[in-house]
Amino acid sequence: MTDTPTASSTAAAEPVEDDEPPAAYPRTEWDDYEIVPPTTSLSNEKMTMWAFLGSDCLLFGALISTYLLLRNRQPLSGEESLRAADLFDIPFTSVSSFVLLMSSLTMVLAVSAISRGEMERCKLWLLTTAAQGAVFIAGQVYEFTSFYREGLGYTVSISSSAFYTLTGFHGVHVSLGIIMLVTLWVMVNRGIIGTERAETVEIIGLYWHFVDIVWIVIFAVVYLIP
Amino acid sequence: MSTATETAPEELHDELDDAHDDHDHGLSDFGYIKVALLLAVLTAAEVLIYFFDDKVGPLEVPMLLILMVVKFEIVVAYFMHLRFDNKLFTWLFVGGLVLAVAVYAAMGTSMVFWTDPAGCDLSPNPSC
Amino acid sequence: MAIITDQPDSAGPSTELEVADGAPDHDEAPRTGVFARPTHATGWREWLFTVDHKKIGIMYGAAALFWFLVGGIEIGLVRLQLWAPDGEVLSADAYNQLFTMHGVTMVFLVIMPLANAFANYLVPLQIGARDVAFPRMNALGLWIFVFGGIFLNLSWFLGGGADGGWFAYAPNTGMAFSPSNGMDFYALGLQIAGIASLLGALNLLVTIINMRCPGMTLLRMPVFTWMILVVQFLLVFALPVITVALVLLTFDRTFDSNFFNVDAGADPLLWQHLFWIFGHPEVYILILPAFGVVSETLPVFSRKPLFGYPIVVLSGAAIGFMGWGVWAHHMFTAGMGPVSVAAFSATTMFIAVPTGVKILNWIATMWAGKVRFTVPMMFSVSLVSMFTIGGLSGVMHAIAPADTQQTDTYFIVAHFHYVLVGGALMGMFAGIYYWWPKAFGYHLNDRLGRWHFWLMLLGFNITFGPMHIVGLQGMARRHSVYGEFDGFEFWNKIATIGYFFMFIAMTILAVNIFRTWGRYRRGLEPQAEADPWDGRTLEWAIPSPAPEHNFDYVPVVTDVDDFWHKKYQPDENGKLRRIANGNDIAQRGDQHPHLPSPSYWPIVLAVGLPLIGFGLIYNLWIAGIGLLLLVGSMFGWTLEPATDPDAGHGHGHDDGDHGDGAHDDDHDGGPNGHDDGNGVLTSSTGNGEAAGD
Repeated sequence: MTDTPTASSTAAAEPVEDDEPPAAYPRTEWDDYEIVPPTTSLSNEKMTMWAFLGSDCLLFGALISTYLLLRNRQPLSGEESLRAADLFDIPFTSVSSFVLLMSSLTMVLAVSAISRGEMERCKLWLLTTAAQGAVFIAGQVYEFTSFYREGLGYTVSISSSAFYTLTGFHGVHVSLGIIMLVTLWVMVNRGIIGTERAETVEIIGLYWHFVDIVWIVIFAVVYLIP
Repeated sequence: MSTATETAPEELHDELDDAHDDHDHGLSDFGYIKVALLLAVLTAAEVLIYFFDDKVGPLEVPMLLILMVVKFEIVVAYFMHLRFDNKLFTWLFVGGLVLAVAVYAAMGTSMVFWTDPAGCDLSPNPSC
Repeated sequence: MAIITDQPDSAGPSTELEVADGAPDHDEAPRTGVFARPTHATGWREWLFTVDHKKIGIMYGAAALFWFLVGGIEIGLVRLQLWAPDGEVLSADAYNQLFTMHGVTMVFLVIMPLANAFANYLVPLQIGARDVAFPRMNALGLWIFVFGGIFLNLSWFLGGGADGGWFAYAPNTGMAFSPSNGMDFYALGLQIAGIASLLGALNLLVTIINMRCPGMTLLRMPVFTWMILVVQFLLVFALPVITVALVLLTFDRTFDSNFFNVDAGADPLLWQHLFWIFGHPEVYILILPAFGVVSETLPVFSRKPLFGYPIVVLSGAAIGFMGWGVWAHHMFTAGMGPVSVAAFSATTMFIAVPTGVKILNWIATMWAGKVRFTVPMMFSVSLVSMFTIGGLSGVMHAIAPADTQQTDTYFIVAHFHYVLVGGALMGMFAGIYYWWPKAFGYHLNDRLGRWHFWLMLLGFNITFGPMHIVGLQGMARRHSVYGEFDGFEFWNKIATIGYFFMFIAMTILAVNIFRTWGRYRRGLEPQAEADPWDGRTLEWAIPSPAPEHNFDYVPVVTDVDDFWHKKYQPDENGKLRRIANGNDIAQRGDQHPHLPSPSYWPIVLAVGLPLIGFGLIYNLWIAGIGLLLLVGSMFGWTLEPATDPDAGHGHGHDDGDHGDGAHDDDHDGGPNGHDDGNGVLTSSTGNGEAAGD
């Protein structure tokens, strides 16, 4: 089934009579476009990102609800096991949450800078955003290690497993975002991305803001609500 | 799934309109900074509510949830441009979001509130 | 720019705008990429590095049929074991592995990719596009799926397959009860396959929304494309849920977390909820493409338009939407409590409504039509009837007390095989026979096709019909033996005989494919015409097999079933008359527009994922290598020439002003707004920039 001769495709259309009827789909002015304009006049890439973010809502929804369902569960044996919520350091987490929240601001400033063609400013904001993301990740690493020192290993309790998995998943998302931002910075720096591809920055920005809003939910639901 | 039905042609049509009227407008840089300040204030409010939970009493959880939703909406609407962008994007994203909330709320309530009374003595669920 | 599509291409009179650098179908030299791109690949390279949606579709189909053989042999051993009481063909352990892997294979490696094969091949053709929105991502999806399937089945050689049922209820699938690596391969393999499906789904979703040809409004799309659109939404939203469940299971098994550790306080219902939140949309993911196929074939072979097109579309979308609210009917006996059971019982009864609407629409389509009983038509009719049987037994399960009796008996097995084999697979077979000439340029043998159909239909009913009976008599599923005096022996023997009917039927399909292919290559089979069935949709308006660029000229449509309206018009008395033969008015396939170039990166990137899987099972260093490969090829992918053709596909900012002109004209109630008002880009447009040139 692989070697169907393509030459025969023209042969198939050969039986042409003299009083040939008009072709069903002749050449139109649409063929003047090198690429037919998108039906909705929206960008494919951006639409994909939004659909992906919609999909990711269900991913984090599942992780958050798993945590909520499991956070207070204790062993059947009746002995108390350590819960993640017992160790929360709210002032510390508030600060790192704030850093992540402000990284959304710098991200949006990067997008608006590149759309105005201010490449230097865009690069600066991109790096600032990545740096704030890195601060957040460093904070998370610190949080995890201090929890671990206080006895909350990954396998200690059902609550710890759920907590580390949820926040770890978010951390992986942030880390991916940092990698993308740094890559973007390099590409803008080397002129691979110019104003004409400002949309690429915007799309990465959408991802970054999404990671931020997920943390808004996690911060309120996991950390603050008792 | 809702999105498939809701992007009926007429709506799609209208959306095209919006796309061209408002595309890429968004706020000015100063506007974004103001939005960020608002977000910072809301975050501070959240933390304050957490620390003064004895003062707010039973209102703590609803207030935190409301603040969370407001922050979420602000980021999505302004930073993610959804307010200025095509409605199709809104449908794609909100479709997933609403579905997630509905489905997991059903799952959670089914597992916490509506458990089998007959199986209660076996369940570690404290609400039993 | 206007000239490019018009060029005869090749080495010949390539003029100004083409870069005459000796690369015929590839005019951008790879400048900024890390490695050169494959140019003008031939032979096996042509397939490995292709980004052509048609080749990708064919490979999906070939892979699916291969796994169909594997899954079929697996269940054949199970049927042999059940031939007689106290069967000794298989050990209980081997039996568990075989029925589990049968289910996993058939669901994830057969029906889903078969649907994907049709979707990939046909959706761009049906919407009048030259390719999908992201050709390289499409190829990536294919290769991840292929490697995921191989990864999953490698478990047979590395300690045994998964043995916890395709639904893999935790904690039964935890380390304590399933110590072999089979479940690890299951969990990781399905995550890999899930990534493939997600990529494919996002791609097709955007393709359908954004790459329709001028005039192709949503309510002018063929029903098959509509059903594929619904399925892509289901996939996009359902896959993350199973991903989370599988991740939790993997972490439990690999890193000793406690999600399903009942001693630590876990609730076993968590897995069941997460699995079925995915699992029930999944059954619609499996069946809706088949519904789409028969919604194409029934009108064509009844020579009538589909009865109630908008209703069929709407009910398909409604099924997709309501499919999210019924998952817990799989858990009626799991101890959810009366409130949940009652609620989900009600929603399950409701979802029968849109499905029934579809059945009635199909029947009404055939009613008083000039029905031609070709092979695809016979399969389509059998879908309508067999699915109805399966659907009715499904409604029985919605009644919770009845379901309590039926759960975990062969009655359930009978039910879902009637919907999945009698429904989904019959529809897929209809599609294979229907679109084969379009894909390969020749017809499958009709005589063998009829044998295939009758043996399949007979074998299917002989196998699964009796399961209703033994199920109601109380025979439990998933038990490797039954007792001598249980009274199940007779019907089990019948069922096993039926299996061999189906096996022979599938052998006939294989013979048909290879024999006809060989004859075609020797020139013994006639070349298929462009429009052999008197079809209604755009894929029949191009030569068979479909040329690489699909459409010579961008079709501009004004109706549902637009191609059919090009062939039939009412005369002055209002009576429909044939005004043209489809073969005569079809495009010739002799133009050579610009196409995306092949790429190495999809297949290289895809190799990384199974490596990560092996790493998580055996040694994290392997995962590190996989991760490096993954990240490295992502960079290679990103740095591939930014000006390469696929990056340019429908790029919003570049094309915004073109779309603008067309759009404004249409929307501002221009003088030629002749249609029903829902035309996004109607045929009347064209005084935008295009006309200005």
